[in-house]
Amino acid sequence: MLKSASNQVVFAGIRKILNTPSNVSSLVDLRDLRFGYGATDVLHGVTLNVPRGKVVAIMGGSGCGKTTLMRLIGGQLKPKSGLLKVCGESVPELDRTGLYALRRRMSMLFQFGALFTDMSVFDNVAFPMREHTELPEVIIRDLVLMKLHAVGLRGSAQLMPSELSGGMARRVALARAIALDPELMLFDEPFAGLDPISLGVIGQLIRKLNDALGASSIVVTHDVQESLKIVDYIYFLSEGKVVAEGTPDEIRASRDPWVHQFVWGETDGPVPFQVPANPYEEALLGAQGA
Amino acid sequence: MRRTTIDIWVGIFVVIGVLALLFLSLRVGNLGSSKLQSPYVLQARFDNIGGLKVRAPIKSAGVVVGRIDSIALDSQNYQALVTMKMDDRYRFPKDTFATINTSGLLGEQYIGLEPGGDPENIEPGGVIKKTQSAVVLEKLISQFMFSAAEKGNAGDK
Amino acid sequence: MLDGLLSFFSFIGSRTISAVWRLGFAARFFGMLILLSGSSFRRINLTLREIYFSGVMSLIIILVSGLFVGMVLGLQGYDTLARYGSEEALGVLVALSLVRELGPVVAGLLFASRAGSAITAEIGLMKATEQLDAMDMMAVNPIARVVAPRFWGGVISMPLLAALFSAMGVLGGYLVGVVMIGTDSGSFWGQMQASVDFQRDILNGVIKSMVFGIAVSWVAVFEGYDSDATAEGVSRATTRTVVTSSLAILGLDFILTSLMFRG
Repeated sequence: MLKSASNQVVFAGIRKILNTPSNVSSLVDLRDLRFGYGATDVLHGVTLNVPRGKVVAIMGGSGCGKTTLMRLIGGQLKPKSGLLKVCGESVPELDRTGLYALRRRMSMLFQFGALFTDMSVFDNVAFPMREHTELPEVIIRDLVLMKLHAVGLRGSAQLMPSELSGGMARRVALARAIALDPELMLFDEPFAGLDPISLGVIGQLIRKLNDALGASSIVVTHDVQESLKIVDYIYFLSEGKVVAEGTPDEIRASRDPWVHQFVWGETDGPVPFQVPANPYEEALLGAQGA
Repeated sequence: MRRTTIDIWVGIFVVIGVLALLFLSLRVGNLGSSKLQSPYVLQARFDNIGGLKVRAPIKSAGVVVGRIDSIALDSQNYQALVTMKMDDRYRFPKDTFATINTSGLLGEQYIGLEPGGDPENIEPGGVIKKTQSAVVLEKLISQFMFSAAEKGNAGDK
Repeated sequence: MLDGLLSFFSFIGSRTISAVWRLGFAARFFGMLILLSGSSFRRINLTLREIYFSGVMSLIIILVSGLFVGMVLGLQGYDTLARYGSEEALGVLVALSLVRELGPVVAGLLFASRAGSAITAEIGLMKATEQLDAMDMMAVNPIARVVAPRFWGGVISMPLLAALFSAMGVLGGYLVGVVMIGTDSGSFWGQMQASVDFQRDILNGVIKSMVFGIAVSWVAVFEGYDSDATAEGVSRATTRTVVTSSLAILGLDFILTSLMFRG
């Protein structure tokens, strides 16, 4: 699917033209990061770091603040307090220009791809190149075909996004995300709503592209089995806190009840089946008195 | 491929839009007809100009020979001082008679010039001495008509 | 009772506050839009594309409506003028009504419902499907790349559409008045030319249509950008665009008319 050796040369070459990689060992560094919408806190002090070249997964149930964390790293939200460094730069302190300069070195894959519906697949992948480089159209054409080839969709270059299946759209979005050879890739629920084959393809692509580009990746997901196959390190997030972390092997062997429940998908455990409420008897019998 | 078809349509759109503007300006409006060749200025005083407006035509024997450039009140003798821009091709004798007329019942008011017999012409910048004001009855009618036709726009300026 | 009254007042109050809030955001948004408009002109292709979508795609409805409005004006005007025996003023009536009022206003209303709603729906949908966020994450400012070209496309299209509407209307009036009813062609055009002043009538009409173009485009892009990122939010924003920009056109028309034709 991917001839990583030959592509690596091209990818690394373009990156040198566009920007110089920073020489910080951990690409993303969060320490005691807090964030909230208004009065309600979503994140209560998250500490994690992403080393260069690694694929890190952030897992947790729905609504535990995974996507929020992603948006904080991308600079779309500002934290209340704590340290947030990406490529050695403190994201909350950047102005718009600085933030945009930083974002050119990262890319984000949105949950449903977020392809531009008014452009063809080709133009979607060409979009970041046309916006940020002065490359002639001939070179952009070759680069786009290379990126599409890397995700196996060179044959679909002229299709419109509405003509793609969910899995194909995700792969096009992946091609677009690697268009400018990012140092950091953020994946927001890359496996959501995919059939098992597409899911496996996307998982392998994330791993291979990350290695081919020499980039680092953060995968936000709740798909445990797929992530355990491809990632280097896993953080478990629950109610705005990191509750467990480790390599896939450590996670599989973990005796932690929370991790056990999550990994094996048990309905009851530290995360209760019932949403906290007043006692059952009271709710049913008390209603007569009211 | 699609780029060029969009370009051609936008081109067509802009061209016919500008043509419509030209049509409005030249055929519907008075931009085309008001081009006077190197005009010269004449002035006339009237006791009452009625509903006469700036840019109204100056006619002699029914031919448009100029347009009114400005209307002001001469505060010395409280007469209306009308400045006219005249077509350079036409000159009028010194005893020319200027009257304020109305074209038809609903039509606009204009200044009519009736040349006299004086051998000398009025110099550019000169003043027409003999004038006849708009009659009061006509003013009333015109005001009524204008208010009916233009909803109170009569009497502007 | 008191509770109901109290909640009624707090409802009114919160609605007022949120309306003022939105207005402030709309004004700030307009400022950003103007500041970030450079690329709409540097990369003129982006704006040309939007002129195509808001201008060219509105051509048919504008031309046909203009023709019909002009024809109706011709019929009604003839009927009324004939009572006073001044059929020859038909041209003046048709031209003045169109150039001063109906051209800019009706073309503006049609533009709001045809192009304005489409702009809102498009931007709203891009927001709902995270396309704007994706663009922002690619270090491409969505206001510069998506919003500004659509705004300027609308602003450029609107005066041209209004002029086309008026021109078609005059032709429609001519068709009915001269070709069908048979008033004199010479006096139709002659009286029209004598009474319609370039500066006072035509230029003011063009200024009106420019102002309407800015108002409608502003409302349309803002409602799209500010819509809730759901299917329902987008549909509500689209409705709001048509309602708000129609009211804005009529309100602005009154203000502009009183400034232009009374001073």
